[in-house]
Amino acid sequence: MKMTMIEPIETEKSLRRPEVGAAGSAPVSGGKPVMDVRELRAGYGSGDVLHGISLAVPERSVTAIIGPSGCGKSTFIRCLNRMHEVAPGAECRGQVLLGGRDIFAMDAVELRREVGMVFQKPNPFPTMSIYKNVAAGLTLNGVRDKAVVRGRVEESLRGAALWDEVKDRLDGPATGLSGGQQQRLCIARALAVEPKILLLDEPCSALDPSATARVEELIHALRKRLSIVIVTHNMQQAARVSQRTAFFLMGELVEYDDTRKIFTNPSDKRTEDYVTGRFG
Amino acid sequence: MKRRKVVNAAMLTLTGVCALLSLSALFAILGYIAWKGAAAINWGFLTQLPKPVGETGGGIAHSIVGSAKVVGLAALLGIPVGVLAAVYLAEYGNNKLGFLVRYAADVLNGIPSIVMGIFAYALVVVPFKGFSALAGSVALAVILIPMVTRSSEEFIRMVPGSIREAALALGVPQWKVILFVVLPTASRGIMTGAILAVSRIAGETAPLIFTAFGNRFWDEGWTHPIAALPLTIYNYAISPYRDWHEQAWAAAFLLLMFVLAVNVTARTLLRPRGGAAQG
Repeated sequence: MKMTMIEPIETEKSLRRPEVGAAGSAPVSGGKPVMDVRELRAGYGSGDVLHGISLAVPERSVTAIIGPSGCGKSTFIRCLNRMHEVAPGAECRGQVLLGGRDIFAMDAVELRREVGMVFQKPNPFPTMSIYKNVAAGLTLNGVRDKAVVRGRVEESLRGAALWDEVKDRLDGPATGLSGGQQQRLCIARALAVEPKILLLDEPCSALDPSATARVEELIHALRKRLSIVIVTHNMQQAARVSQRTAFFLMGELVEYDDTRKIFTNPSDKRTEDYVTGRFG
Repeated sequence: MKRRKVVNAAMLTLTGVCALLSLSALFAILGYIAWKGAAAINWGFLTQLPKPVGETGGGIAHSIVGSAKVVGLAALLGIPVGVLAAVYLAEYGNNKLGFLVRYAADVLNGIPSIVMGIFAYALVVVPFKGFSALAGSVALAVILIPMVTRSSEEFIRMVPGSIREAALALGVPQWKVILFVVLPTASRGIMTGAILAVSRIAGETAPLIFTAFGNRFWDEGWTHPIAALPLTIYNYAISPYRDWHEQAWAAAFLLLMFVLAVNVTARTLLRPRGGAAQG
């Protein structure tokens, strides 16, 4: 028990583990949970990084995960589409329900089509054109109908607010785009598979401020269509883009509440210290 | 202070002289072979069969075709095996078996090529009761496989993990990620390694002595002795005839040009293009 110093108090525990289905503890105003995480523990063999996280991801809204480096926020969202277990020695326990189904009982490949992911650094496929990058999720999974692929590529690029910039050079190399464009291309690529949930792992950390602003606008627009979980180092970004915010500290979920409340009137002293910049 | 400068100047000169020395050896070989060999190359040399002993003229067309056949089949046998082994090592090989295969490939790379010839002799020549093009190809393929495996593995490992993650996160099964994303990204490197390895086996002589054996006529199919450029060079060079010596030089020049051309092609392939990620 290395956490003795910050053992959560009783009232907080009820907050950390919302009773699913109980009307009174619906996680967010309006939205019902699309994903329900229960007692998720994860690590890399040498010990747990996450010590039992429970939270519900509301539908069609943005959930931000904030916390200092090494608090397990990336590990957390990588568990949600089982990318965590790709790393050698990685393991996770607990339950994650997607529409009532336990994701650890699902086929990981199927799961990842429903829970897409965009990474910290833009990672377009270097050998493919812009068009082929966006189409990759479809063509690699055997969609042969060219009209369908073409339609979905355009729709996804429009969805990612990139269409107007690339429509005349769809056959050009994806690596020829700027960093911000590449990241939006990666978002378009993820959208093309039509996921229910999009996980964003610090999507703006490699981008300049104007490119960041464009991605944030995009997140706002996408919220109407799907649920987004975003990990961010940048508290202003969390405050700008999300409706719900979870504060992680050393592998524990300290507080999970409406974003406004987290940033104006947090229940926990540690959250307050973090969002006011006293540590982290 | 002064002593430091003197030592510096001396060492700089020494390293420079050594660099020139190693380079001059290369140019001396290139120049000497070109000088001796280029003169004897003509159309007849490239297109005719050898004349009977005592007659002048004739060519080494059979050796050119023979080399192409033996090396071509060796590449067909060896490159797929090498690349697939490399896929295993790079993608799944972080275990005991991977370590073993890698170690074995390194040892194999260091084994004298004549040993490979003896191996192919025992494996193919003895059971088939005769020297053959096939046996030569097997010997060369055995040399080719570990070279291709190790170089391809390096290039597959150079594909960033983030590219694999991107594809996996799209819900693409791992085998498709490897086949359609990782291998194309590494393809230029893999091709370069394979081409360089093929150019190396094209010059191997020792493994062919007990296998392809050599032939002064057009070969028939894959199950008969066959000529190859290195074998012809070897046989002509140790012959007592002045005419053959000249042809050996010419054949050596031809082989040299081939290896040079292949190397230049491979380097050009590997050169990164227009900001695209190195693969």
